Amino acid sequence: MLLEFPWLSLVIWLPIIGGIAVIASGEQNAELTKRIALGFALLTFVMSLPLWFGFDASTAAMQFVERSPWLPALGVDYYLGVDGISMPLILLTTFITIFVIIAGWDVISYKPSQYMAAFLIMEGIMVGVFSALDAILFYFFWEAMLIPMFIIIGVWGGPNRVYATIKFFLYTFFGSVFMLVALIYLYFQTGSFDILGFHAAPLGLTAQILIFFAFLLAFAVKVPMFPVHTWLPDAHVEAPTGGSVILAAIMLKIGGYGFLRFSLPIAPDASAQLDWLIITMSLIAVIYIGLVALVQQDMKKLIAYSSIAHMGFVTLGFFIVFAIFQRAETAGAVMGIEGGMVQMISHGFISGALFLCVGVLYDRMHTREISAYGGVINRMPWFGAFVVFFAMANAGLPGTSGFVGEFMVILAAFRADFWFAFLAATTLVLAAAFTLWLVKRVIFGDIGNDNVAALKDLNRRETLNLSVLAAATLAIGIWPKPLIDVMEPTIANLVQQIQVSKLPEGSDLVTPPIARLQP
Amino acid sequence: MTTLTPSISASLLAILPELVILITACTVLIADLYTRADQKQSNHTLTLIGLLGALLAVGFVGGSVPTAAFSESFVRDPMSDLLKGAILVVSLLTFVYAKDYMRDRDMWVGEYHVLLLFAVLGMLIMVSANGFLTLYLGLELLSLCLYALVAFDRDSKAGAEAAMKYFVLGALGSGMLLYGISMLYGASGGFAFADVAAAVASDAVNDKILVFGLVFALIGIAFKFGAVPFHMWMPDVYQGAPTPIVLFLSSAPKIAAFAMAARILIEALGGLQSDWGEILVILSVLSLALGNVVAIAQTNIKRMLAYSTISHVGFIFLGLLAGSEQGYASAMFYSVVYALMSAGAFGVLLLISNKGQDVQELDDLKGLSDRDPWLAAMMALIMFSMAGVPPMVGFVAKLLVLEAIIAQGMVWLAIIAVIFSIIGAFYYLRVIKMIYFDKPITEVPVVTNASARVAITFNGAAILLLGMYPAALFSLCQQAFAG
Repeated sequence: MLLEFPWLSLVIWLPIIGGIAVIASGEQNAELTKRIALGFALLTFVMSLPLWFGFDASTAAMQFVERSPWLPALGVDYYLGVDGISMPLILLTTFITIFVIIAGWDVISYKPSQYMAAFLIMEGIMVGVFSALDAILFYFFWEAMLIPMFIIIGVWGGPNRVYATIKFFLYTFFGSVFMLVALIYLYFQTGSFDILGFHAAPLGLTAQILIFFAFLLAFAVKVPMFPVHTWLPDAHVEAPTGGSVILAAIMLKIGGYGFLRFSLPIAPDASAQLDWLIITMSLIAVIYIGLVALVQQDMKKLIAYSSIAHMGFVTLGFFIVFAIFQRAETAGAVMGIEGGMVQMISHGFISGALFLCVGVLYDRMHTREISAYGGVINRMPWFGAFVVFFAMANAGLPGTSGFVGEFMVILAAFRADFWFAFLAATTLVLAAAFTLWLVKRVIFGDIGNDNVAALKDLNRRETLNLSVLAAATLAIGIWPKPLIDVMEPTIANLVQQIQVSKLPEGSDLVTPPIARLQP
Repeated sequence: MTTLTPSISASLLAILPELVILITACTVLIADLYTRADQKQSNHTLTLIGLLGALLAVGFVGGSVPTAAFSESFVRDPMSDLLKGAILVVSLLTFVYAKDYMRDRDMWVGEYHVLLLFAVLGMLIMVSANGFLTLYLGLELLSLCLYALVAFDRDSKAGAEAAMKYFVLGALGSGMLLYGISMLYGASGGFAFADVAAAVASDAVNDKILVFGLVFALIGIAFKFGAVPFHMWMPDVYQGAPTPIVLFLSSAPKIAAFAMAARILIEALGGLQSDWGEILVILSVLSLALGNVVAIAQTNIKRMLAYSTISHVGFIFLGLLAGSEQGYASAMFYSVVYALMSAGAFGVLLLISNKGQDVQELDDLKGLSDRDPWLAAMMALIMFSMAGVPPMVGFVAKLLVLEAIIAQGMVWLAIIAVIFSIIGAFYYLRVIKMIYFDKPITEVPVVTNASARVAITFNGAAILLLGMYPAALFSLCQQAFAG
């Protein structure tokens, strides 16, 4: 019975309807508006719980499937479903949105109802991205996501918001239109827009490589990977706190999700041939962006760069699998992808929390310059404790979720190539350096100036927000097994899938570029 | 195609929508003489009733079996039903949006209604033409009304200049078209599209004359659409003419122009698809490139929308040049959708123009969301739709066209189209930026009447809902080209 009910549609459309209701409630009664928004966010989270509890973790098949024709002339279906990759990300989305709503409670005074509504609509659209199994439906949600984010940054952002939001929009729009062309091309190869059908379609190497690059443009911009990451620091710095949280915690994950759902299974041969490219870009992100983060003067920018570095880990985990295959191993490949996934979920909590922490300071002092602070812990002991905790998690301290994902990826990287692992492991030093130095300059030391001296500690809402996120970070750090169990069959199946060459029989390429295991 | 050849009474039934419009136009013309200057509301009411009546008539006589009338010179088929319906809906919107603007400027007179109604009549005839002669009659009826309407503000120098340019270039375009028609007539010996199609199919006719005829006819079509390099008139006319006229000019006639292209290129010259397909490739790429790039440099919003129109025409041509039923249907879908978006965009400009203060510059839109959140939301919706962002219908229209050309193996053309869409996204975003992110430069409140507000809401809702559920409209478009 649990599987029959259209839970996914409910989780997509409930917040969107909620958003419309919030706009309709107008700006006159801000308190009421916020309550309605929070109510919808909570309700959506509750409604997404059946996805976790009703999930059958023993199979890689799609679950909670809904399918009905949408644009029959083109074979486009309203086709939803989740597996072990998308389900945790949906829960992350519904979970984080609650805190975004709460975080905007006292802070947003300009058009609060539109602010809340934008986030609710955003939530529904992002769940749609994760659950769409029809390529056009996926693209529909993928692009629609830009609209609320464009408005969020542009209306409630900082002084340079217009530049940042247009840059954000055009970068992502640029990335994704080529994906659309690739999707339509795939439609003519398979006869439908079914993503699972794309997975099964045989494709020649040239076609795969072109499709791979089309997807890469879309997903690399979203992740974002070096060198198309430059929109992210701008967008983060200018976005309001809630916008930064959603960007870092969920939107970046959509890029990672895209690699798993599209690039790897649809173009496995091209991925195998071009894995060096992604690995190089990932390692540059880990090391170079880590160094860039070190010299930032702006707290948000620092955390934005740290996000890029951490997402480099995710893509590294996804693409070292081919090097692992060469050594005739699959367990390591599964671990690499799982590590990337855990890293995505964990980074969702940690980066979300760190942006909330910056938001807490910004709301009090209206500056994000690191030099404007110092000795905050003397006035805000609770806050200081939280910041130290999340900073440690960001640096990958064992016992926090940040450790699990990084450790798994580094372990898998060792099975691929010692040097990959060596270079990736520098993040343990770099991340520790830039986060701890940030903590040292902002939190510890003597009280920097009179403004800091006047600071008040966390209020109830802020404490609630940060403690729940801290609990989640700890929970995954100490006991990641349930999360990994849910993902295991799906990822094992994915690894199985990408080992099989998709080149058609008798293709001009006699041997695949990399010796593959037989299925 | 099975066509019933009816008696004269059945012929009259087939042109019922046209008759309704004709009678309305004549009634308004006469009734206007007997109304005092302060009672012009009756013209407006009569016009709306007439348009609604014509819309009902389209539904009443419509059906999937084509009917020919008046010795095969006129045809009513699924394509004409849908396009007439769209033209009438957009014209209705025009009258509702334009009411306050025209009244405030003392242009809300009988002639305005009559000229617009005759222009509508011309379009309906174009849509249903079954031969070059009928088509040309409809086209000229439309064009002559438009020339007069562009100069409707007698005191405006810019308006007079625009009308002059439009007239001279329009006459040139019509001349080209006529010249092409004469060649096609010479080669085939008939005016009916079927005669020309038969000549194209037979080996006995000299292909060179047909191709020459095709080229000139195509120039005429490109001129009416405003495709590059026959676009010169558009920015000036859009800037100079009164906004309500631009609203009309930029929406419904594009649907009629699509009908003209479909009738000539597909029905009459379908056999020469490989020839006109290549010409359209050049026209569409040039239109996409020039329209999108030059629009960025505009500061006048009407000019910007003119260049935006040019780029959308590029997309419509892309659908046509695919040469498949899917492609034709997608181009038809695009034309209808474009007319709706364009009507909405100019509609908002009209509604926010105050008495004596026209909205001309992009800066006039600044801070619209503070002055009128609802109109701001509608304008944002339309701009996102024009940029091709889901869930708005503009995205579906682009998707259908891209799919049709990729189906023909022209992936490179699809890539060119999406690259220029990205460039185009910038200037649509700039409009949204001004509406939402900038502070208003004037605090004058926006005053609109209730019916205009209902109309713009309907317009916006149509753009959103057609995007969420495009299947119904698209299957109608497919029916038009099936079999």
